Amino acid sequence: MAIFVNENTKVLVQGLTGGQGKYHGLRNRDYGTQIVAGVTPGKAGQDVDGIPVYDTVEDAIAATGATASFVVVPPKFAAGAILDAAKAGIEFIVCITEGIPAQDEAKVYNTLVRDFPNTRLLGPNCPGIISPGKCNIGITAGEIAHLPSADGPNVGIVSRSGTLTYQALYELKQKGIGVSTCVGIGGDPVPGTNFIDCLGEFEADPETHAIMMIGEIGGSAEEEAAEFIQANVTKPMSAYIAGVTAPPGKKMGHAGAIVSGGKGTAQGKMDALAAAGVKVGQNPTEAGELMAEIVDAL
Amino acid sequence: MDLFEYQGKQYFARFGIPVSPGAPADTVDEAVTAAEDAGYPVVVKAQVQVGGRGKAGGIKLADNADEVREHAGNILGMDIKGHTVRRLWVEHASDIDEEYYASFTLDRAAKKHLLMLSAEGGVEIEAVAESNPDAIVKLHIDPVDGLDLATARQAAVDAKLPERALDGAADILVKLYACFTEGDCDLAEINPLILKPTGEVHALDAKVTLDGNAEFRHPEWEDFKGLTEMDDREKMAAEKDLQYIGLDGTVGIIANGAGLAMSTLDVVNQVGGSAANFLDIGGGANADVMAGALEVINFDENVKSIFINIFGGITRGEEVAKGIVEAMSRVDLRAPIVIRLDGTNAEEGRQILADAGIPEDKLRSEPTMLDAARAAVALAAGA
Repeated sequence: MAIFVNENTKVLVQGLTGGQGKYHGLRNRDYGTQIVAGVTPGKAGQDVDGIPVYDTVEDAIAATGATASFVVVPPKFAAGAILDAAKAGIEFIVCITEGIPAQDEAKVYNTLVRDFPNTRLLGPNCPGIISPGKCNIGITAGEIAHLPSADGPNVGIVSRSGTLTYQALYELKQKGIGVSTCVGIGGDPVPGTNFIDCLGEFEADPETHAIMMIGEIGGSAEEEAAEFIQANVTKPMSAYIAGVTAPPGKKMGHAGAIVSGGKGTAQGKMDALAAAGVKVGQNPTEAGELMAEIVDAL
Repeated sequence: MDLFEYQGKQYFARFGIPVSPGAPADTVDEAVTAAEDAGYPVVVKAQVQVGGRGKAGGIKLADNADEVREHAGNILGMDIKGHTVRRLWVEHASDIDEEYYASFTLDRAAKKHLLMLSAEGGVEIEAVAESNPDAIVKLHIDPVDGLDLATARQAAVDAKLPERALDGAADILVKLYACFTEGDCDLAEINPLILKPTGEVHALDAKVTLDGNAEFRHPEWEDFKGLTEMDDREKMAAEKDLQYIGLDGTVGIIANGAGLAMSTLDVVNQVGGSAANFLDIGGGANADVMAGALEVINFDENVKSIFINIFGGITRGEEVAKGIVEAMSRVDLRAPIVIRLDGTNAEEGRQILADAGIPEDKLRSEPTMLDAARAAVALAAGA
């Protein structure tokens, strides 16, 4: 088991013929992911290192049975690409594109909710998802993820920040702790998949025994997650929130990472999570150490 | 990107939102010309991106050219909460019967657009939210549906705007929503939205934040650039397309990814140091980007040590290392570098740094983020 993606997931890459699409698509395939097709309008019949390219997502699904899509296209095309995938029946879409206008994101999210309730979008502006040893969709370097062990205990990771996702994987690998699935939900204001979606899945996943969560300043997603944890999560958790020292009113790189009007502070988020029974570290290493203690006690 | 009031009003006008006739002015003479064109009485308003301009003496009424000269002379160059006034907006003064508040933003928790409308305008909306929360009507709008006139009018009714203001307010709300969506704003706010004795509804102020991600479809935003409030370090970084925020400390920070950069600031702080900046070189940064980042950090005289914190995903370790070597040959760095390099091709990167033969007192490598932070803070303290 794992959440969202596993060894049976068949992935098509929208934008496979572009530089980034090719680089990450082939890296994902090298990791063992079933990358079955590429989609680039006007390039049907070509192939990228043996992976067939189709004009449309429909054609790619018909020929290969793909169930998931990896969207690697520039910001101005991303909204269209995501909706194309949903219309064609793709149920899991990973979009790593950074810099999509917030208006497009909000429209895409609400269109999916209304017209394509069975489609899940991960991202945009996220590192992707990896179920170690089974499937890696996105930009995570697979070798930093420790394989889950058959009899556990294994940890599920959910993170709002890209590089801190790697940092979390790395901390667990250093300690020899297995990972069931690591989900990077991305730092944009309207993520397709949020903390709560992932926490619910991890809670239900028999292969996940503990959960590590990485948040950052801005918005209220961590506070909402804390409420959900209080009510619904029985598995032990550790967490880290980036941005304790971030000055108010300054956007820290991510569109979502800003403390405004005294809301969205790191301290407020840490307090909310601690109150929900989560062990909160002051830095990523400490969150990893806390997780090691949790795992030792399981 | 935050717009100044006058830019916000110019943007509003594109969407047909009624604003007062006026013009920007950078000198006393320009202010007088603007006033003559707008027609007396006029309001002379300091253009700074900070609240409380009125209380600070940055907004004055003038009935004739002499008064415009006096006020413009006083306000230009004035310091308002650390912001120097370099430009004025001079507009025809409006007669005001009532003041309201209207804004559109994205409600991230609900993932929908949010209209906030209140009959209590002209004061800080946060204060109203505190003292009389029921006075603010909050309406969620599905971005797929948008906002129609009937819904906007009902919101005005719910906010207890008087009958004679309803049609005008509804019209402005629909236009302001178009400005927010088609105009790619993160925030479109009017405070106060005024009702004139003649029954017209009118935007007396404009607060607009544009979504930088949408710049590719708004060539007209080019006009808004140039007067943005940045310090010299931030200007230099912006020219190099780097995500940089200047701070007051002594440890220069370079990291890849916003989360890791924030975390680096936190860790430096935890071990007793202070960061001179936030700098995210982003994913996939190559040698040129790293060299540019070091130039920006080197420009900051407060920097006593530099902490480069890289965890490679798309960013590759050998590219980072090449950038550092390149930058050190191009610029004479004043401060020593401490680097922590992990992830994609980190080994190759460390090898490149080792082979470059850079002396230990200029560049050293540490195995973990915490170790590197301690080393950088110690160097900054000793320098």
